[in-house]
Amino acid sequence: MNRVYFGLAALGLLVATPALADALSGETQQQPLNWIAIFMFAAFALLTIGITRWAATRTRTASDFYTAGGGISGFQNGLAIAGDFMSAASFLGISAQIYTDGYDGLIYSVGFLMGWPIISFLIAEKLRNLGRFTFADVASFRFEQAPVRVFAAISTLLIVAFYLIAQMVGAGQLIKLLFGLPYPVAVVLVGVLMIVYVLVGGMTATTWIQISKAVMLLAGASFIAVSVLWQFGFSLDALFARAVEVKTGLAAAAGDPDPTAKGASIMGPGSFIKDPVSAVSFGLALLLGTAGLPHILMRFFTVPDAKEARKSVLWATGWIGYFYILTFVIGFGAIVMVATDGRYQDGTGALLGGVNMAAVHLSHAVGGDLFLGFISAVAFATILAVVAGLTLSGASAVSHDLYSSVWKRGAANSADELRVSRITTLTLGVVAVLLGILFEKQNVAFMVSLAFALAASGNVPALILSLYWKDCTGRGVMVGGLLGLLSAFILTLLSPAVWTTTFGLGDAPFPYSSPAIFSVPIGFIGIWLVSILDRSPKAAAERSRFRDQAVRSETGIGAFGASGH
Amino acid sequence: MTEQETLDRVARDPRYQALVAERSRFAWILSWIVVGLFMAFILTIALDKAALAAPIGDRVATWGIPAGIGLILLAILSIALFTRRANRRWDPAMAEIMADAAGRERQ
Repeated sequence: MNRVYFGLAALGLLVATPALADALSGETQQQPLNWIAIFMFAAFALLTIGITRWAATRTRTASDFYTAGGGISGFQNGLAIAGDFMSAASFLGISAQIYTDGYDGLIYSVGFLMGWPIISFLIAEKLRNLGRFTFADVASFRFEQAPVRVFAAISTLLIVAFYLIAQMVGAGQLIKLLFGLPYPVAVVLVGVLMIVYVLVGGMTATTWIQISKAVMLLAGASFIAVSVLWQFGFSLDALFARAVEVKTGLAAAAGDPDPTAKGASIMGPGSFIKDPVSAVSFGLALLLGTAGLPHILMRFFTVPDAKEARKSVLWATGWIGYFYILTFVIGFGAIVMVATDGRYQDGTGALLGGVNMAAVHLSHAVGGDLFLGFISAVAFATILAVVAGLTLSGASAVSHDLYSSVWKRGAANSADELRVSRITTLTLGVVAVLLGILFEKQNVAFMVSLAFALAASGNVPALILSLYWKDCTGRGVMVGGLLGLLSAFILTLLSPAVWTTTFGLGDAPFPYSSPAIFSVPIGFIGIWLVSILDRSPKAAAERSRFRDQAVRSETGIGAFGASGH
Repeated sequence: MTEQETLDRVARDPRYQALVAERSRFAWILSWIVVGLFMAFILTIALDKAALAAPIGDRVATWGIPAGIGLILLAILSIALFTRRANRRWDPAMAEIMADAAGRERQ
């Protein structure tokens, strides 16, 4: 540590000298209670509870609960979708990756965004025209209900579970650091608030909380990015030049044999993608994964018609794209303003609270304690809003797909379905809290990419083939979809991120970073093969219903409308 | 008229068939362009990192930066193009087809 800092000081890179004293005073684990952040968060929590109480008066039927009665506009839904996508993982994770490796973080951003055109051109409108509450409504439209619904519910619950664990563990760590609360308290707090939102306010509350948070996050991130650029006279090149200089200095101080090359390396792709197979595989998982995430697909049922669904994708993509450009500036800003400032580092030269805190520390560097409090509260709010959406999506899979469509064969009444959703919400909330506590010490970074791989390999083949291929059958969707899921799951377990990094079992049997290049074709081919081999009369009936499904998906004839509040 | 009758009538309408063919061709072509450019980007990263790490002229910024930001803009602009065409051209055309299908009943 001393060597690093004195090295930096010698190079003239250390900006804030008083910080040195702080950094030398030893390492900090749990931060002291941050009252400004707690106050800001309390204000946000009050706002969300107000939204939830208002939403409760509008949540009477199953349709209100799952889809906010279908009365959300395209612009509002676009913000809500953007909110779902701008999770703590993408705000903190991507800026952290840019902080560490520079350019590599941009590759992630690009990949995450490229799924949206596909959703826009091929999925969004048809989904809205055919579905009511869940994507399984669409995937099972012309098929025997039970097999497809069971597959969709398994897939949704798996994706939701992994995504939830990642969010919960992230929440616990973040809150411990930002607010000075103990980890289990933080996780329980998130669980309780999230259950209240979903249980009481359903989709209406979840959507408006997501919109409020999206606006705050976009405003906060814009402020950070503009502050950073302002310091460099709005010249990106000056920012890059300074970042390279800082990285070179750090490399020299760490005794790197070629500090100049190391510093310049942040301006180009690094070790993130090594071989072409991993590259295509990773690209495929990001490209298709978004189109299969159940909590995202669910949002297309909250708008009144296909036209608004189409608009919501445009708004969502616009906001998300803008946000990714901001995170790019924020990441480089953190290199310049956080990596050189001892206030933000522990005794070993690592960032206080881990590398994911880069953007949070930067908020302090540009806006002081007050703005740090604001960004901390927004980060907390982000996690809450995302877990609420995930839980609602899991609850709808159980109550709408399993209970109402399979168990009651479509004859469940709205009140019973609503009751099952609420019981499921409560159960999912409790399970999420327990898993969050159980996985506290685990590296859960792989769980988000696993969720994407599962969505790309199971849900996407099921949706695309049921929408576009006449000869597809329900049996094909179930068997092929499950094969896609299973292969994505097993190959991820055998991949380096899990086998080597998480479990420390040595060289991974599956050498590539993402399973998608194998598991996506397994999903598609599985559905195709089982479908063409299915010669049953039932399959013939399913094929004969394709024309009507196609016309409905193109025109919106018979689509479920807004419930008219 | 029942929903099924409207549906059958729409399905037989040659204007409907032409509209759907045009819209779906446009959607698939645009999808493949986006996927193709993204895959080209990803494969360049895997196979020729130096190309993207090359500085633009005497700047610090490299060619990888406009490539990455350009793809982000491509995603937004391609959706904007699709949405505009759908709002201006396909929606009114479809509304006309639907109105005719429903209207013929009354005669």
